[in-house]
Amino acid sequence: MIIKTAGLRKDFEVRKKAGRLRRVTETVTAVDGVDLTIERGELLGYIGPNGAGKSTTLKMLTGIMVPSAGEVTVCGLRPVPDRVALARRIGSVFGQRSQLWWDLPLRDSFALLRHVYRVPEAEHTTRLKACRKLLELDEFMDTPVRQLSLGQRMRGEMTAALLHGPQVLFLDEPTIGLDVVSKQAVREFLASLRDKGDTTIVLTTHDLADIEKLCERLIVIDHGRVVHDGSLAALHDRYQMKKQIVVELEEPWAGDQRLDGAALVGVEGLLIRLELDGASVGQVVAQLPAFRDLAVVEPGIEDVITRLYGSDRG
Amino acid sequence: MANPYVKLLGAQIRSQLQYRASFFLDLSMATLLSAVDIGALFLLFRVTPALGGFGWREVILMTAISGAGFCMADLAVGEIERLKHYIRTGLLDTVLLRPMSALGQLLVLDFATRRAGRVVQGTLFYLVALTVAPVKWDAARVVYAIVAPINAAVFFSAVFVTLAAIAFWWIESGDIANAFTYGGRDFTAYPSTMFHGWFRGLFAFGLGFAFVAYLPALALLGLSEPIGLPDWARWCSPLVTLVVVLIARATWLAGLRRYGSTGS
Repeated sequence: MIIKTAGLRKDFEVRKKAGRLRRVTETVTAVDGVDLTIERGELLGYIGPNGAGKSTTLKMLTGIMVPSAGEVTVCGLRPVPDRVALARRIGSVFGQRSQLWWDLPLRDSFALLRHVYRVPEAEHTTRLKACRKLLELDEFMDTPVRQLSLGQRMRGEMTAALLHGPQVLFLDEPTIGLDVVSKQAVREFLASLRDKGDTTIVLTTHDLADIEKLCERLIVIDHGRVVHDGSLAALHDRYQMKKQIVVELEEPWAGDQRLDGAALVGVEGLLIRLELDGASVGQVVAQLPAFRDLAVVEPGIEDVITRLYGSDRG
Repeated sequence: MANPYVKLLGAQIRSQLQYRASFFLDLSMATLLSAVDIGALFLLFRVTPALGGFGWREVILMTAISGAGFCMADLAVGEIERLKHYIRTGLLDTVLLRPMSALGQLLVLDFATRRAGRVVQGTLFYLVALTVAPVKWDAARVVYAIVAPINAAVFFSAVFVTLAAIAFWWIESGDIANAFTYGGRDFTAYPSTMFHGWFRGLFAFGLGFAFVAYLPALALLGLSEPIGLPDWARWCSPLVTLVVVLIARATWLAGLRRYGSTGS
């Protein structure tokens, strides 16, 4: 395994006003006993609401922050004591900040990073060539970074994070604020990286489409604790998110019919909405009166997440 | 392969040259400001024949060592006082994610090239002071004349880093830090004998500022220390600087550890 944590915990001391001069120190636990085991080549979605402890976990995995308790190894190294050695083996993209040189052409940032990571020229050229092609960087390689659109800059950031051939890539909200086309480009790139299987990817995102299209495995964290670890399908099962079918009938719904293996969840004129409960789409359709049109709706991850947080908060 | 710090420094200079007009304006403003500092010394000597028992030809050497040292330190590490800003913008996290020293990267990534003008001016002023002042030239003093401003630069750099690192504990420490850096520069520009009591004790010897320019200047001039320090103490500045550098290093590393446990 490439990332392992056991009982990973982070407490912060927060000083609060209590009266005119008095300050009370309160301990806030941002990450509360997280156990992770991530294998080489996995693409992991690490998700949760704001303040759930996602960024704090990433900071502990990348060596920026010291855990308050627990074990953590990344690429066989302890992130904080072995920060410099680890930095060569990991890459990171944080959506809110840049590692590129603002006033210089994009090309220069890549050249500088080659020196920062001491990458041999030939290796650098090969990797850069691959990224240029996949991320279509050629038209803005000579543009100063400050003049790039957010989407172009993000493609530059991805390249910058990969030029030293990291074993693990950490991405914090890589699609935040991007237009639809750029989001698509970033996702396709990450999917191709995942399919090659050499790079382990840890992705935090609020974008549910990122999760649906990219992540084989999801870890959902809330209040610093892991509340789900498994596939998206497992998440659906666990929270009993069911497939729905929307049917446009010839005649208005009679209202007294019972369906086996499905429940009626909404009627709106000729449109009815059914939730499957044990039966297949075919079995339910066979029981229906004449209809004009039919659509099958997969449960959205939005609903899952909403329900998940809802149930957790009770 | 070329040194990565040199490469990053080159990139920073290229970046700053993207804004040529602003760059040259900054450069000339900085030059004007240090001309004002030198003018202040001559104004003082128009109203008094001696400062702390020394004539202008002797004081000018102290002012010049301190000035040249301060300019070099300011050029090399002056921007580290922006640590608060580096923490806020996430630049500190970015440098911690790279396989290089965090302090080294911050210094080259935010290198203020505009301050180079002052270093040239400070060096010229020092050369003039060496010719004007009654230096008792011999081989040891030639070496010490070269060492003195560099020593002062390293001393001030260490002070800058130590004070900047305090921002790891106390984010709004900037004004206090300025009081010590600029206050320290002004203190070292004059003979320590000009000051009295606990203030002199604290700044000159407690914080070691007497070793920046005052004592090396006395060594070059071949004058004994009037407060009563032994003559050999005048040659000990590099040792004092070494202690200050070790303190700076320890403070910075402790600050980074603190950042690692608090994230702010």
